[in-house]
Amino acid sequence: MDTRLNDEDAVSVRVRKEAQPLYATRIKVYPRAVAGRWRTIKWSVLVLLLALYYLVPWLRWDRGPGAPDQAILIDLEGRRGWFFDVTIWPQEVYFVTGLLILGAVGLFLATSLFGRIWCGFACPQTVWTDLFMLVERLIEGDRNARVRLDRAPMSGGKIARKGLKHAAWLAIAAATGGAWVFYYVDAPSTVVKIFRGEASLEIYFFIGLLTATTYMLAGWAREQVCTYMCPWPRFQAAMLDEQSLLVTYEKWRGETRGKHKAGASWEGRGDCVDCTLCVAVCPMGIDIRDGQQLECIGCGLCVDACNQTMDKVGRPRGLIRWDTLARQQDRERRAAVGAWRALRPRTLLYGALLLIVTGAMLTAFLLRTDTELTVQRDRSPNFVRLSNGDIRNSYTVKVLNKTREERSLVLSLDGLAQASLAQVGDGAFTVHPDSVGTFRILVTVPATAAPSGSRSIEFIVRDRQGRERAAHGAVFIGPAR
Amino acid sequence: MPTKIEKDAVTGTDTTGHEWDGVKELNTPLPSWWIYTFWATIVFAIVYCVLYPAWPSLDGHTRGVLGYWSRAELAQELDTQVRARGRYVERIRATPLADIGKDPELLNFAIAGGRSAFQTNCVQCHGAGGAGSKGYPNLADDEWLWGGKLDQLHATIAYGVRNAHEKSRQSAMPRFGADGILTAAQVGAVTDYVLSLSGHGTAAPEGAKLFQDNCAACHQADGKGNQDLGAPNLADGLWLYGGDRNSIYRSVFYARNGSMPAWADRLDEATLKMLAIYVHSLGGGR
Ligand code: SF4
Ligand code: SF4
Repeated sequence: MDTRLNDEDAVSVRVRKEAQPLYATRIKVYPRAVAGRWRTIKWSVLVLLLALYYLVPWLRWDRGPGAPDQAILIDLEGRRGWFFDVTIWPQEVYFVTGLLILGAVGLFLATSLFGRIWCGFACPQTVWTDLFMLVERLIEGDRNARVRLDRAPMSGGKIARKGLKHAAWLAIAAATGGAWVFYYVDAPSTVVKIFRGEASLEIYFFIGLLTATTYMLAGWAREQVCTYMCPWPRFQAAMLDEQSLLVTYEKWRGETRGKHKAGASWEGRGDCVDCTLCVAVCPMGIDIRDGQQLECIGCGLCVDACNQTMDKVGRPRGLIRWDTLARQQDRERRAAVGAWRALRPRTLLYGALLLIVTGAMLTAFLLRTDTELTVQRDRSPNFVRLSNGDIRNSYTVKVLNKTREERSLVLSLDGLAQASLAQVGDGAFTVHPDSVGTFRILVTVPATAAPSGSRSIEFIVRDRQGRERAAHGAVFIGPAR
Repeated sequence: MPTKIEKDAVTGTDTTGHEWDGVKELNTPLPSWWIYTFWATIVFAIVYCVLYPAWPSLDGHTRGVLGYWSRAELAQELDTQVRARGRYVERIRATPLADIGKDPELLNFAIAGGRSAFQTNCVQCHGAGGAGSKGYPNLADDEWLWGGKLDQLHATIAYGVRNAHEKSRQSAMPRFGADGILTAAQVGAVTDYVLSLSGHGTAAPEGAKLFQDNCAACHQADGKGNQDLGAPNLADGLWLYGGDRNSIYRSVFYARNGSMPAWADRLDEATLKMLAIYVHSLGGGR
């Protein structure tokens, strides 16, 4: 399949490049409001995601006494992650790594199927920018009103409008920063402390930081984040092919563009009436009719805009549409339009990866135990010879009790005949709920039974009923013979 | 030096007038955000110099109007640390030595605290982990010159061995050979007897008699030693100065009287207790 640019495209790209100065000052984008299918989807996603973000920390989950009752809480100080009935210990952060891998592969899959669906609909930058634009529109009016307001000389009314807008932005930004910290601390008690000025310096710092970044990125930087700061658009092209669904302008159908008088013939001209609505609504400030561009986040607003125009002038919808490059070209050649091939080697590969990683994580999750054991051997001295000739090694044994009750356990040793275990101190081998017990264990064997050099052994903890709960390998070192 | 400022035909921008191998540089103005950032860094630097210590002078440095000083901050952080530990340290001071091991939490704190004090003060002689070396006792085995019970360990650590402290452990073995108490041949006979105590060879009756007359007062008739006097057990397999015939011969001939400082002069009571607990936990303490 030939997806190269034709000569005409190549020329237009070169001309555009040469006309641009090295440092283009930002041309402010004034996106115009639009209604339509994609806009509706975008609003729905926005409401859903923001609701999730702001409300999740307020979900309660009863875990009994001594444990937080917040359904999702990343307790950095207590070094625990609480997710409903699951408690994640620091040594289990690989689950987070797994989730990140899942997220990345999922993003690859979604991109190769639906193009920049993440950028256009789900990316926080997009969601908050959209929200900020809504506020802007409510206060300053739509595109034309905003352009006029910006050009107008400073006046009381202008200051009032601008001030109100920035105040609203800052309020949203502060709420965003506030919601962020609630994922790390108890939400209901902290919100009171925040307003009373009693919260910790860290909390105010992070609220301030998140407020500032939200305000700057969604209020001021906007499309520049996607174009200049975000690495994702630079390499997402690697996930796209001619079967990915993209926002495209059907050049063969639209050109030659030009104004159209009602009732005039459509013969010998394209369907694009050059209403520039697609440019006006674009939050990235680009003209999709120039072809696929790095800046395009695939939000589909230009699709909605053009469909409106097409309805008005009585031409078929879909001059700008979501479609694959392959189908576009079929249509251009007036050939039979092929079906969308969602199943392709790359999507199958991404899908398989997704399944494998999910499977591995599920397995790891289900095999998780409520008890863990780590054993560290004293290395200096490697072994001790006692006065009666016995050989002794000493170990620091840590037992993780992930349950919410105090556990009394039994430690034993495998792999060393005639070994006897002794524990330093008079305490019992018990571990408090949800904590780590540290014990010093001395292992002694008669000289005759001691290995020459090192021997692999295994420590085992059992519960009072004799069931094995955890095991950990170690070595016992004897004098070389 | 700029030679000729000219307008670049393609971009309409002035050149800098420099030319390198036919390549001319455009004099494109910096973006405004860059300029603002540049000025902001300068303002930041000036404000910083006023607020914080910045400039060296002949007798120190400028103080900065905030009065901030990294040493003061360090002192404060250390203070915070000490106070955070204080709760445990106080409990250790208040708890009798023998009872600390009954509370696993306190025991673990004492072991950790004792280990860190040990790393600073004791490893030079006794080695990391108390492994010891020739002439410096291994603290992880079960041979104890002055006793391995908690309070005995505490006393040895606090007052040391053969030093000027009034409570120091004191005892001295005579230089049997060097001072002419025994002849070289008699020292040899005693050496053979001592070797035989731990099952190495057989000794002549003369050695046994000499041992009873000269050594048994401290080392006991059976050679098992006496911890009150710091007299080592000669009947086991552990030797502080080597267990071969030559080493033992030298020990009898010249005597060995190692010493250890009194740590009570340098460390506080809680640290001494934690050290005793740590050494005890190494495994040898009774
Ligand atoms: S070109 Fe269309 S799809 Fe792309 S960013 Fe602009 S409005 Fe969204
Ligand atoms: S909205 Fe459609 S008709 Fe209007 S300029 Fe864009 S492509 Fe042409």
